[in-house]
Amino acid sequence: MAKQPDIELVSLTKRYGETVAVDSIGLRIPAGSYCCLLGPSGCGKTTTLRMIAGHEEASEGDIILGNENITDLPPAARGTAMMFQSYALFPHLDCTDNVAFSLKMRGIDKDTRRARAVEMLKRVHMDAYAGRLPAQLSGGQQQRVALARALITDPQVLLLDEPLSALDPFLRIRMREELKSLQTRLGISFIHVTHSQDEAMALADLVVVMNGGRIEQAAPPREVFNRPASAFVAKFIGGHNVLPAAVARAGAGEGPFVAIRADRLSVQAGTSGDAGVTSLQGVARSVEYLGSTVQVGIDVTGLETLSATLSEARFDASPVRPGEPVTLSWKPEDVHVLGR
Amino acid sequence: MNRVKSWVTYLQVAPLALVFLLFLIVPIATIVVVSFFDYNTTQIIPAFLLQNYEELLLSPVTWRTYQQTIQFALITWALTLLIGFTVAYFVAFHVRSPTMQTVLFLLCTIPFWTSNVIRMISWIPFLGRHGLANTTLMNLGLIKEPLEFLLYSDFSVVLAYVHLYTLFMVVPIFNSMMRIDRSLLEAARDAGATGWQTLLNVILPLCKPGIAIGSIFVVTIVMGDFVTVRMMSGGLSASVGLMMANAMSLLQYPAAAANAVILLLLVLFIVAAMMRLVDIRKEL
Repeated sequence: MAKQPDIELVSLTKRYGETVAVDSIGLRIPAGSYCCLLGPSGCGKTTTLRMIAGHEEASEGDIILGNENITDLPPAARGTAMMFQSYALFPHLDCTDNVAFSLKMRGIDKDTRRARAVEMLKRVHMDAYAGRLPAQLSGGQQQRVALARALITDPQVLLLDEPLSALDPFLRIRMREELKSLQTRLGISFIHVTHSQDEAMALADLVVVMNGGRIEQAAPPREVFNRPASAFVAKFIGGHNVLPAAVARAGAGEGPFVAIRADRLSVQAGTSGDAGVTSLQGVARSVEYLGSTVQVGIDVTGLETLSATLSEARFDASPVRPGEPVTLSWKPEDVHVLGR
Repeated sequence: MNRVKSWVTYLQVAPLALVFLLFLIVPIATIVVVSFFDYNTTQIIPAFLLQNYEELLLSPVTWRTYQQTIQFALITWALTLLIGFTVAYFVAFHVRSPTMQTVLFLLCTIPFWTSNVIRMISWIPFLGRHGLANTTLMNLGLIKEPLEFLLYSDFSVVLAYVHLYTLFMVVPIFNSMMRIDRSLLEAARDAGATGWQTLLNVILPLCKPGIAIGSIFVVTIVMGDFVTVRMMSGGLSASVGLMMANAMSLLQYPAAAANAVILLLLVLFIVAAMMRLVDIRKEL
């Protein structure tokens, strides 16, 4: 396989008039990695992707693919291919012609391009539907055709704009697996925009959490989860309780906030006397049974509602009901000090 | 589930059916019946004769007139399609703000604030022998003699048709274009399509229903027209509609009716052919 190139964004900026959508971000995505741009709507993740694709002009900064500066190249000359959010299949063309579209644009003759398109459809297991129009396909099938259409140009980087958001939850998880295995097989980089932390965690080699046009943290998923860089990251990826540092007594001079994973909290019914360094007292607000775990929401005076994720067994050892006083406790080593 | 009683269904259909019956079926049936009647200079005589059709179809004038009318329709269709598509494309894809799109779209409808006849008449002082166009061209020294073909010619007839009916092409095509998902254009660009390739491979095929609807409007109107031909050709050109008007002014109603039936069949045939080519149901 040819050496795949890294992608590098260098102080990439996008302004719409006065508004800054993407604010001078820098990022290096190693060759052949699955990168997820994660963030709430309006955080600039889609704009970033569209700038990489060439569908949005960068106001400032550079996009480097391998050794080439592709910032000002037209979309088709970049070595990138994009899969659109609603797949954007041409409704008047059947699957084969949809996939063969870019070959047709390059003037490749009909037989050759249709043969190659069918071959590509085979790779996504859609060759049985080659003659169908997009309207006659289900969401998952449309997505596969869209994938085939994007891949037929032999891109070095595949850009996916919320590819799973149009699917139902069950199909979403299946297509997620397919995307990951496809990426592994092809060995090219995928850049995948999503607002779902589950999706990012499940897929990515590199999670890039964005907020307000900036990158909050770019790291492998385990690092993002275990050592969130900021209060925003800790809150956005979920599973964390963000507390003022003073409450958790995590030592002076460090950040103003700390994060404690929800599954590292212990919950005891009643208010035992030894409230101290590693515990808080509050009132249970909600108890949700989620199957393998139980989620307990706890109100503590002066703080946002905290949540504790307990295994069923641990919950049963000391069950609580909404409205009852509880004691929360944690181990000192589970306190993670946040940067900002 | 209770089945709705059948008479209720009929009752619901009745008002529209009645309107169609009174204002479409009965008149057309009357025309068909009258087309077989006999007539002389003073009266029409109920009868069942094929003579009207015979006279019509055996006369070379009829064939020439039909040929002329079809020619008008074809030229007008081609021009309105070209202009209409371009205008719709500009408003739909080049104008970014929805407000501006609405403003420009309303601008297109301004000519419709006056009647067809007034719009036609207003061409006459412009195109006439000593009209604005000729005077300007002569003052500029581009021509020495006034251009005769500008008014009372096939040129002026087609010009008036295009002026009057381009909007009928713009509206449905614009409507088709506004339904095109913009991400399709990006997908085409992502696949390396140039502007022209996107136009030919994506936009044009997706506008087919709009083009078909516009074409039906323009072709049926031009095929049946007689006022424009009469005013703009100054009586030098003929059309099927004009032929019927002339027959009626001579009180030869059965002859005009026979002609109307033939024209109706021809136009229905053209419309059917267009519907076969393009599925317009998507737009309705």
